[in-house]
Amino acid sequence: MKATTTAQAIYGRPTSAKRIETGVFWLLRLCTYFVLLCAAFIFWDIGAKGGAVIFKSSAPFINVPFLTEAPETLNVFDYQGGKRTMGDRAFRQFKAEHEAELKGVPVETYVYSAGGIFPNIAGTVLLVLGSMLIALVLGVLSAIYLSEYATDGPFIRFLRLAIINLAGVPSIVFGLFGFGLFVIAFDFGVSLLAGWLTLAFMVLPVIITASEEALKAVPKGYREASLALGATKLQTIRNNVLPYALPGILTSSVLAIARVAGETAPMMFTAAFVMRDELPWQVQRWTEFVFQGVMALPYHIYVVASKIPQNEYTRDVQYGTAFVFLFTVAAIAMTAVILRQRLRKKYQW
Amino acid sequence: MVTLAPMPEPTVTPSAAPRPVAVAPAAPANPAARAVIEIDDVDFNYGAARALHDITLNIPERQVTAFIGPSGCGKSTLLRCLNRMNDLIDGARVSAGQIRIDGVDINDPRVDIIELRKRVGMVFQKSNPFPKSIYENITYGLRIQGQKSKARLDEVVERSLRGAALWDEVKDRLHESALGMSGGQQQRLCIARAIAVEPEIILMDEPCSALDPIATAKVEELIHELKKQFTIVIVTHNMQQAARCSDRTAFFYLGKLVEYADTRTIFMNPANPQTEAYVSGRFG
Ligand SMILES: Nc1ncnc2c1ncn2[C@@H]1O[C@H](COP(=O)(O)OP(=O)(O)O)[C@@H](O)[C@H]1O
Ligand SMILES: [Mg+2]
Repeated sequence: MKATTTAQAIYGRPTSAKRIETGVFWLLRLCTYFVLLCAAFIFWDIGAKGGAVIFKSSAPFINVPFLTEAPETLNVFDYQGGKRTMGDRAFRQFKAEHEAELKGVPVETYVYSAGGIFPNIAGTVLLVLGSMLIALVLGVLSAIYLSEYATDGPFIRFLRLAIINLAGVPSIVFGLFGFGLFVIAFDFGVSLLAGWLTLAFMVLPVIITASEEALKAVPKGYREASLALGATKLQTIRNNVLPYALPGILTSSVLAIARVAGETAPMMFTAAFVMRDELPWQVQRWTEFVFQGVMALPYHIYVVASKIPQNEYTRDVQYGTAFVFLFTVAAIAMTAVILRQRLRKKYQW
Repeated sequence: MVTLAPMPEPTVTPSAAPRPVAVAPAAPANPAARAVIEIDDVDFNYGAARALHDITLNIPERQVTAFIGPSGCGKSTLLRCLNRMNDLIDGARVSAGQIRIDGVDINDPRVDIIELRKRVGMVFQKSNPFPKSIYENITYGLRIQGQKSKARLDEVVERSLRGAALWDEVKDRLHESALGMSGGQQQRLCIARAIAVEPEIILMDEPCSALDPIATAKVEELIHELKKQFTIVIVTHNMQQAARCSDRTAFFYLGKLVEYADTRTIFMNPANPQTEAYVSGRFG
């Protein structure tokens, strides 16, 4: 039956299987490149236009007021034959000084388009840190229960299913839930606390599922060795399971950080103000801290991108905010990544 | 002699009952040795599947007892009964019979499993040092018991490492990761970690199965030293190893104890043809 020699057979000739192979390979490669291209375009667009707002060509090279001041209304008016733009405070002072010249001059105003976004940055950081803390504590404890203590049965399987399904609930539903429960029923008002809890519940499924995976991935040998030395289950988990699972848990929290920072809907229902004059730490009593609403970057982006006119005067704040928001989320996520790297080094297995 | 809390009233043990398994009446290596572990008519189940049938055997103090037999015959299962490691497996239980250590039924609900495991140490088939420093590995057992004194911990580290013939090799890198050691060193570290809590009995489940011949020889030498202080039960599928380092040998087949006698008898003059076939390498 052998019509060809081995040498003839293995010396490649195109067959249809090979052609399909090549075709599929290119299809897969192009899909991946297309996704990369889209992502690159988004980052390039925001990076270029937002970067132009944040970075300056002269010292100190960074637009400090944009990062340290609160949003203000922008005033645009004609003055001595040219357009002048001014934030509210500056404009009021200018007006007082040039009362006569400004009489009858039309002034266009654009809200939130002057000043900076410092309170929004602060609010976002507070929201992320608080909700991640709550989510990690609740999530890791639940995961420990599910992976180390619970014996598999119909109830536990149902519980797992419920947790996974919770991950599919749209964020706006979490927002309404938080609004109904924390803001109204518990009477927390629109507050950090209500936001923390709502956002934490939103990412809990992800954290629980990923933490459980991370705990399960810790080799059984460590648990057995520890127990065989006379450790209790709790001592074993605390010393020889949880520490090795932490890198995996932190991986899940990187994704969760991006979600709690960015999900606008639950935030605007439970924690975010469009505008607030006081900064979060300017509270009368310490106990009021958690019951105050804050300004937040994603909500600010939503407002400046959809509630104010789109023109050359308002463009800067839109791109600038988006840029700072991306940077803030990246910075918080990087902290988690670095922490994970450290832990990996410490507990290599 | 350490005793397990709580001490029950002296019971009439059923060990005198006629044994269903043929046990060769061989003289033990040290006739004066007391039986520290008494296994009486033990059946063991994984859920509905019975893994051990009617096991009866007494393990003498300060001797090395080897469990041999083809894989899947229940050696590990029986070994893990002795420190109740099988408690970790859902549905696994001793379904009949009794296991006594120093006369105490270890499956009695009053037995403190933590205390039991402190007295009955274990070395596993796959060496499993914690991904921490050598020092932390050895002191782990004491630190969880609340021992904080640095001087005491240092002393135990040196004593245990010397006991495991590892001190000279690692004394200069006690604070480096245990995972940087060779496979044989890691296994001896696990032995050192087990003896640091001063157990009475050490269980070893195929401790050399992943080691090269030189590392294996070192561990065997170590076992020889350790039996001066500890009662050792070792599972091995390596018959030469059993012959070299044990005083008594138990041969298991399909969950049953086929023959239990002193090692010399098992290898030179077995009573049971199955044992004979196995030790001469004709099956298993
Ligand atoms: N965790 C477990 N669950 C169910 N069955 C098991 C488990 N561990 C071992 N067994 C079964 O028990 C029998 C004895 O196993 P084992 O004690 O590990 O044998 P050995 O150590 O002699 O190779 C085997 O048939 C094995 O399939
Ligand atoms: Mg085994």
